Amino acid sequence: MAANAVLPPPSSNRRPTSWGSPLTYALAFAIAAVSIAPVVYVIVGGFRTTPSIVANPAGLPDPWVFDNYARVLTQSDFWGQAFNSAVIALGTTLAVVVLGVCAAFVLARYTFRGREVLYTFFTLGLLFPAGAAILPLYLMLRDLNLVNSYFAVILPQVAFALPLTIVILRPFLAAIPRELEDAAAIDGTGRLGFLWLIVLPLSRPALVTVGILAFVASWNAFLLPLLVLSDSSLHTLPLGVQNFSSQYTSDTAGILAFTSLAMLPALLFFTFAEKQIVGGLQGAIKG
Amino acid sequence: MTSINQTLDPAGGASASPAGLRPARRRPFSRAAENRRKWYEIIGLTTPAIIVYVMFVLVPMGFAVYYSLFRWRGVGPPTEFVGLDNYTLAFQDPIFLDALRNNAIIVVGSLLIQGPIALAVALLLNRRFRGRTVFRLLVFVPYVLAEVTVGIMWKLILTDGGTVDALLRSLGLGSLVQAWLADLNVVIWTLLLVLTWKYVGFAIILLLAGLSNVPHELTEAAEIDGANWWQIQRHITLPLLGPTIRIWMFLSIIGSLQVFDVIWVTSVPAVRSLGASATMATYMVDNGFFARLWGYGNAVAVILFVISFVAALLFQRFLLRRDIEGAITTRRVN
Repeated sequence: MAANAVLPPPSSNRRPTSWGSPLTYALAFAIAAVSIAPVVYVIVGGFRTTPSIVANPAGLPDPWVFDNYARVLTQSDFWGQAFNSAVIALGTTLAVVVLGVCAAFVLARYTFRGREVLYTFFTLGLLFPAGAAILPLYLMLRDLNLVNSYFAVILPQVAFALPLTIVILRPFLAAIPRELEDAAAIDGTGRLGFLWLIVLPLSRPALVTVGILAFVASWNAFLLPLLVLSDSSLHTLPLGVQNFSSQYTSDTAGILAFTSLAMLPALLFFTFAEKQIVGGLQGAIKG
Repeated sequence: MTSINQTLDPAGGASASPAGLRPARRRPFSRAAENRRKWYEIIGLTTPAIIVYVMFVLVPMGFAVYYSLFRWRGVGPPTEFVGLDNYTLAFQDPIFLDALRNNAIIVVGSLLIQGPIALAVALLLNRRFRGRTVFRLLVFVPYVLAEVTVGIMWKLILTDGGTVDALLRSLGLGSLVQAWLADLNVVIWTLLLVLTWKYVGFAIILLLAGLSNVPHELTEAAEIDGANWWQIQRHITLPLLGPTIRIWMFLSIIGSLQVFDVIWVTSVPAVRSLGASATMATYMVDNGFFARLWGYGNAVAVILFVISFVAALLFQRFLLRRDIEGAITTRRVN
């Protein structure tokens, strides 16, 4: 079923779309407004000055001030933090996809004693809340001398993303027709060659889905970096936003600008990868 | 769902043809050699994932249980064994009990508020009308934003004399203005609203997915038989949506029990330390990490874990069993 969500939907039953009733639109606009009004408020507020925000919190910029955004981009640690976030998110994504596809491949295409036990063992991880394990996790990373390194964030994130990744990938890899594997075997390709030459290219949509889910989760992560990255030069964007807002409490306009800039990558990313994110979430629940 | 599950069943695919019928490889390997090679591949491919998973998911929880039996400031190995004292202490601390109550409010509140809203919005956005893709996209926006940005955003909007207050006053509803994040009796409800705003999009995504699985044939047949839109939703769509709703409830409950980021960022530490806006997770981090009561913090971690685990298992046992075959529950048809 998970595979179903990442495969292109069958184009049956396409009736031409028509205009809905005015009531439908009124409701839809109201819902959309509630969803994005606060976001718009933050972005627009970044173009105002703090005194004018204090005087009239709900007003519009008059005149539009670009100084706040310029200040954040030139004088804060924004770029360094964006870089750290990117390194950690990309590292996490790469590791999750590689480890996940290897394990899922074995669980999907090999018959061996203990296979279902191993699968259950991984799915058990879905019941282990990352939040509950955070304190012992910190102690362990401290004892391993990993605190204040990218690995302190990447490794646990990979570990906690693996169960979901395997649950999504396994049915997808299992659905690849057996004839392809047999054909590869006749051509003298072993199962590893089959994985590399046929399975990986064929399962790209599923890999993209699990990769994006891991990337977004890592990009937004707060609790783990908060505990294991005390060195401010390693801070990620979520930590940066939080620090900026508690450090410059009176600079409301600056906080709004920083928050908008921190939101921007997520918003852009979401616009481009909406299908994969939504498809992945939908696939995930049905794994 | 069942039929597709069967065709995609990994076990079914793998065991479809008996091992003896597999086509010959390049050289006729002896059966033993091939078997050995197979096991090398199995071990080589799964070991990295198993190591990372065991080391960073399973081992820490084991350590949490161990540490929780000590009074320990986190320096050197724990030596002062106190048995279950940390657990009894936690359940005697009124702040922890407040945190438990807050988690309960968030669990129940999320289900009762998000459920109906999400259902209504999903049914609306499932209708065919021009531009619905854009509306779907906008509704999901809060869900993809980082919890921290959401927290800071709402903190600014809800600040005393801030936007919400100004809007209420301009609408002549000035009497409704509250100290949203500072009033000890109000703050948890404010946070519940922020959480609702953040996560209702997730419920909508899932329900829309469930709706897209409702066969057109059924609704069209009902339409031909003269059923109106409401009747179709009530008698066809909703019953078929049952599994999706139950899975969302499951994820929502687990998430609500562990909620940390939004609470931590939005609420003022002073208010949190009085228990008004604490949850189990913020209480755990405040006491364990920041106050360096490591033994005690780990005991709270174990309590949080046990509560989530039991809730998950109970839900699984009584409501979810038919919905996610194979995942978590072992009984998979081979």
